[in-house]
Amino acid sequence: MLESIWFFLWGVLWAVYFMLDGFDLGAGTLMPFLAKSDQQRRVVYNAIGPFWDGNEVWLITAGGVTFAAFPGTYAVMFSSLYSALMLILFALIIRGVAFELRGKVDSPGWRRLWDGCLCVGSLVPALLFGVAFANIFAGIPLDAEGIYQGTLFTLLNPYGLLGGVFFLLMFLVHGALWLGVKSGGQVGAELAERARAAARRLWPVLVVVAVVFLLATAWATDLYANYLKAPVLWLVPLLAVVALLAQRWFMAREQWWRAWFASAGTIVLATLFGVIGLYPRLLPSSLNPAWSLTAFNSSSSPLTLKIMLGVALVMVPVVILYQLWVYLRFRQPVAEEDLAYEEAY
Amino acid sequence: MDVLFLSRLQFAAATFFHFLFVPLTLGLSLMIAVMETRFVTTGQEVYRRMARFWGRLFLINFAVGIVTGITLEFQFGTNWSRYSAYVGDIFGSLLAVEATVAFFLESTFIAVWVFGWNKLSPRAHAACIWIVAIASNISAYWILTANSFMQHPVGYVLRNGRAELADFFTVITQKWAVLEFVHTLSAAYVLSAFFVMGISAWHLLRGRHRELFRKSFALAASWAVVFSIFLAVNGDLSGKEVAEKQPTKLAAMEAHWETTTSAPIYLLAWPDQDNQRNAIQALPVPGMLSFLAFGDFSAEVKGLKDFPPQDRPPVLLTFLSFRLMVGLGVLFIVLAVWAWLRRKEPEASPRLLRILPWAMFLPYIAIEAGWTVAEVGRQPWIVWGLMRTSEAVSPIAVSQVATTLVAFVLVYGLLGIAAAYLMYTYARRGPEPAAEGEPQAAPAGGAAGEEVAHA
Ligand code: HDD
Ligand code: HEM
Ligand code: HEM
Repeated sequence: MLESIWFFLWGVLWAVYFMLDGFDLGAGTLMPFLAKSDQQRRVVYNAIGPFWDGNEVWLITAGGVTFAAFPGTYAVMFSSLYSALMLILFALIIRGVAFELRGKVDSPGWRRLWDGCLCVGSLVPALLFGVAFANIFAGIPLDAEGIYQGTLFTLLNPYGLLGGVFFLLMFLVHGALWLGVKSGGQVGAELAERARAAARRLWPVLVVVAVVFLLATAWATDLYANYLKAPVLWLVPLLAVVALLAQRWFMAREQWWRAWFASAGTIVLATLFGVIGLYPRLLPSSLNPAWSLTAFNSSSSPLTLKIMLGVALVMVPVVILYQLWVYLRFRQPVAEEDLAYEEAY
Repeated sequence: MDVLFLSRLQFAAATFFHFLFVPLTLGLSLMIAVMETRFVTTGQEVYRRMARFWGRLFLINFAVGIVTGITLEFQFGTNWSRYSAYVGDIFGSLLAVEATVAFFLESTFIAVWVFGWNKLSPRAHAACIWIVAIASNISAYWILTANSFMQHPVGYVLRNGRAELADFFTVITQKWAVLEFVHTLSAAYVLSAFFVMGISAWHLLRGRHRELFRKSFALAASWAVVFSIFLAVNGDLSGKEVAEKQPTKLAAMEAHWETTTSAPIYLLAWPDQDNQRNAIQALPVPGMLSFLAFGDFSAEVKGLKDFPPQDRPPVLLTFLSFRLMVGLGVLFIVLAVWAWLRRKEPEASPRLLRILPWAMFLPYIAIEAGWTVAEVGRQPWIVWGLMRTSEAVSPIAVSQVATTLVAFVLVYGLLGIAAAYLMYTYARRGPEPAAEGEPQAAPAGGAAGEEVAHA
């Protein structure tokens, strides 16, 4: 029971992480393509500046919870995905410092350097998280000892890459919609227009990839088994599709905040779709199903799970409350006066 | 070159680098909180300018601290997977608690602080930096309890082929954890105080922004005095704890080979691990080691030869690091007392002002030396008495670790240079010019009051 609760909390943490960091990863990736002047680029930095770090802590928590609740999985998952995870971490490093360092030296070359870091540092995690999760859905070659029998390139199989593209596209649309609502004033007007146009243009591609991904999932994984067992669960992928369509509906009506929320819903539900299909496995073995790591054979002791549940039930709602407060406080679009502000990026 | 060796090197590089930035975050955040609180209570503009000036340096430091911490969180899984599986039940939960109770607060409110200068009331804004400072210090407590579990495992049972949690409360309140926390925090405050004194001294020597830097200097000097003395006192307690619980580490710290009563400390020594003796040893202080370790001049202190060679840590490195830390610790007390006596009129002592900008680098050395004592001295154990470091490493390819090790050195090297360069430039540039009527000395270098041009 405790194991199952933690399994779903684990899934929810990743879903929340993707929903939150998704828009700043997407916006960072799109920056060179959407922002045409230094001022516009600064709008991008400041539109995600107050949020990205708080968002990334959801990743740290998702990692920490994997460690705390399922140490067996934490050990095997992160050592198996060693190279992919390290690439993500290096990307997050160069991206994270870009915010603070970019504006600190008055030289175009210096700024171009950090703009490059922001873009690459956002693109790589967006893509690789998708690759990693698609591989987890499909299972990776783990032997009886839980030792990974593959390389980085084993992960770059067609289904894995498809998952990468799917995540990337979800994040790009999410980021474009964010820039669409958060770029304001004279400087941001053009950027906002271009971001909204990008969201409109990326959306059909996302739909195509999403459909292909759902079909490929039937062929490459057995995620659907749980859904066939308990048909009520189909509600989750169904709602994901509804959210995906709602994005377009709101875009057509120029209701950009709603479109962004629909996109957030798409990401959460798409992640949950995979997590539900996985249950109770956290890391299936493609060599032998019996060698898979599950919520039951890799979990912590009941005492640890109980203590952690107590901590999570008290602290996570508090975190959500104050993060919500920050989002509300900084919800206004970024405009000239925000860029003139001394501490602005 | 095996996976074990490369992983150790990589982990050491990553933690050492992370800990170049951590202590300043821990101490300077609190000092800025104090400055901003004075602004709120006195309304004097100079305190606000202080908070902003030190705040800018703080933010550069903080950014690198954060990104280097994120990699560490995952390295237990990537490089020490067997360790993670073995003690994750206890260790993992401490890291997870750290993230939920501390990192969220820190990273959320630092953003509010940065972007909130004009959006929040001064009181609310000061509250933000207090939250950041307290959260950082809380985060230190959790990570250090995790580390203490590796130094002195408690509150666990061996079950299902691993260490499982038996008593959470014992894990987070054990004496080792409290001592390590107190020692590490006081070290961080000493470092931050020397940082502030060093930069203030540099400006005061040039007669710039005198009011602002005098106030900064006075604040930092009192911190330096209090915490450098306190540091030595609680360091002594840490030493006694080590003597009791990790006798091999203590023996390595003092290059003490033979078990003896009334053990002396040799002021001059140079251990020779291969031949199990000291190549040089001179100037003994009789009974001193027995006294420092057990509070009794005639107590028996176990020597390294009493332990099998495979259970001994690297002696030379542990010994030298310990000497370096303690030596510097004594020097800090001297410097701190000197600066404190001059805190009202620091310009009256130009010699002091010339020394301090150099002395600000020494606490960095002492702090890394301290971690070397704690971590290298713990070897060959990753969890003392429970698991050896060699049993902890992930089953991954040498090429993988070799590649990432090179990448770490390159990326961290460049990042370190960039951060140091920016800190240096912004520290020299000084604070923004006074808004109204703050008495100013004529700027000597010309660059003093320059507005920070924004890109
Ligand atoms: C004594 C204090 C201390 C020690 C020993 C460590 N850290 Fe640290 N860490 C902090 C004190 C700290 C901090 C003061 O809270 C930081 C430093 C700079 C900062 O911005 O927050 C931080 C940042 C930081 C972050 C980023 C948090 C964020 O995004 O807000 C992570 C994930 C870690 N650390 C993880 C680790 C791990 C896994 C360590 C063990 C090897 C470690 N730290 C050693
Ligand atoms: C931030 C300050 C720290 C520094 C500078 C530091 C430094 C080091 C060094 C130099 C080693 C290698 C020792 C050797 O192999 O001879 C090491 C090992 C290790 N430390 Fe730390 N450490 C720090 C904090 C921590 C903390 C807080 C933890 C855990 C919570 C930790 C966990 C480990 C682990 C898992 C190893 C094993 C790997 C190994 O033995 O090389 N360290 N550390
Ligand atoms: C002045 C006399 C000092 C004494 C007697 C002392 C004592 C000790 C001892 C015995 C340890 C090892 C604890 C362990 O193995 O876990 C230690 C560790 C450490 N020391 Fe010191 N120390 C002194 C000064 C300093 C100074 C000046 C600094 C830095 C500014 C410093 C920073 C550290 C750090 C960061 C550690 C590792 C964390 C820990 O284990 O507590 N120490 N110290």
